[in-house]
Amino acid sequence: MSEPRLVEVRRNVLKQNDILARALRDRFRRDGVFVMSLVSSPGSGKTMFLERILTELQPHYRVAALVGDLATENDAARLARSKAPVKQITTGTVCHLEALMVQNALEGWSLPQLDFLFIENVGNLVCPSSYDLGENLRLVLMSVTEGEDKPLKYPTIFNSADVAVITKNDLASAVEFDWPLAEKNIHAVRPGMRIFQVSAKTGEGMKDYLDFLSQQLTESRTVAHS
Amino acid sequence: MHELSIAMGIVEAATEEAQKRGVQVKAVHLRLGELSGVVKDALLFCYEVACQDTALAGTSLIVEDVPVVVFCPRCKDRRTLQSVQSFTCPECGSPAGEVLQGKELEVCALEVEDSEAPLQPEEVRK
Repeated sequence: MSEPRLVEVRRNVLKQNDILARALRDRFRRDGVFVMSLVSSPGSGKTMFLERILTELQPHYRVAALVGDLATENDAARLARSKAPVKQITTGTVCHLEALMVQNALEGWSLPQLDFLFIENVGNLVCPSSYDLGENLRLVLMSVTEGEDKPLKYPTIFNSADVAVITKNDLASAVEFDWPLAEKNIHAVRPGMRIFQVSAKTGEGMKDYLDFLSQQLTESRTVAHS
Repeated sequence: MHELSIAMGIVEAATEEAQKRGVQVKAVHLRLGELSGVVKDALLFCYEVACQDTALAGTSLIVEDVPVVVFCPRCKDRRTLQSVQSFTCPECGSPAGEVLQGKELEVCALEVEDSEAPLQPEEVRK
C-alpha cells in the first residue's frame, strides 16, 4: 500500500490582508499621513481618549478618524464633536477591522490633506491582533479598572502593539491600581514597550501623549523623505 | 471569534492550491504560531463547518503548533520562549529581542491521494 503523499505549498492564510495592508502603508507614507490604530477591550476608554486627542490636535494639525464597531454610529457621533472628519465602519458580525474595510472607508477622503489618521478598532483583545491595517503605530489601551494582569491574559495583542496606554487614571486610587505590577506585566509580554498613563477625563498625562504623537509624525516624515 | 473566517481562508487557499496541481486533498497541514492570535480548538471546529459543500468536505486539518522564537540580544542567538507570558530569554533571563517565529498562519502542505493508487480513507487518517 502506498503512503499518502505530501505536497508542500506554503501559503499564508492572511496573504490578501497583508498585501492590502502593505499597499495602505505605502500610500500613507507617500501622502505623509501618520496612522495610529487603537485596540483594547470594550469599555476601556478608546473613544474618550481619541475624542480628547482629536480635540487637542485639531487646532495644530489636520486630523481624521475611522471608528469600527459591530453596530451603531454612536462612537462616530461622539468623535464628531471634536469637529474632525470621522467615519464609522460598521462591521456587522465581524469582530475586528481588516485592511479592506479601512481601504473602503477611505474612499472620498484626500489623505495628503491630513497629518494624522486614527483608526479605532472594534473593542476586542483577541481577533484584531492577526490583522495588519497598514498603520504606523498600534496602540493598546487598558483601563485601571480592568486589573493589572490583562497583558498576561492577552499576550498576543499586547505583543503586537507598539505603545501601551493605561486609561482612567483618575480612578486608580479607588481601585488600588498597582502601577509597578501593571508595568511589569506589560513588559513581560512586550519588553521595553513605552507606557503612558492618562486620564482622558481630567486631561492628566495627555500632554505627554500628544507630544509623543507630534514627535512620531516628524520622525515618520523625515524617514519618508530620506 | 474570527476563526471561522480564518478557516474559510484556509479552505480557499487549499482549494486553489489543489486545483492548480490537479490533486485530491485528504488533509490540510497548517503551521500555527503561538502569536497568530488564533485559537486552535476553535479553528478545528470551524474548519469542519467551512469545508461543508466544498471540494474539501470530509478532509481533516492537521495543525502544527509553532512556538515563539526570539532573538536574545545578550546571547546573540535564537531562543525558543517557554511561555508567551514571559518574553525573556530562557538561558540568560534578558528581555527578548525581535520575534523571529511564532506569528505563522500558513497552509504548509496538502496530503493528497494519488489517482493511480487510491488510498482507503481509514489509512489516510492514521
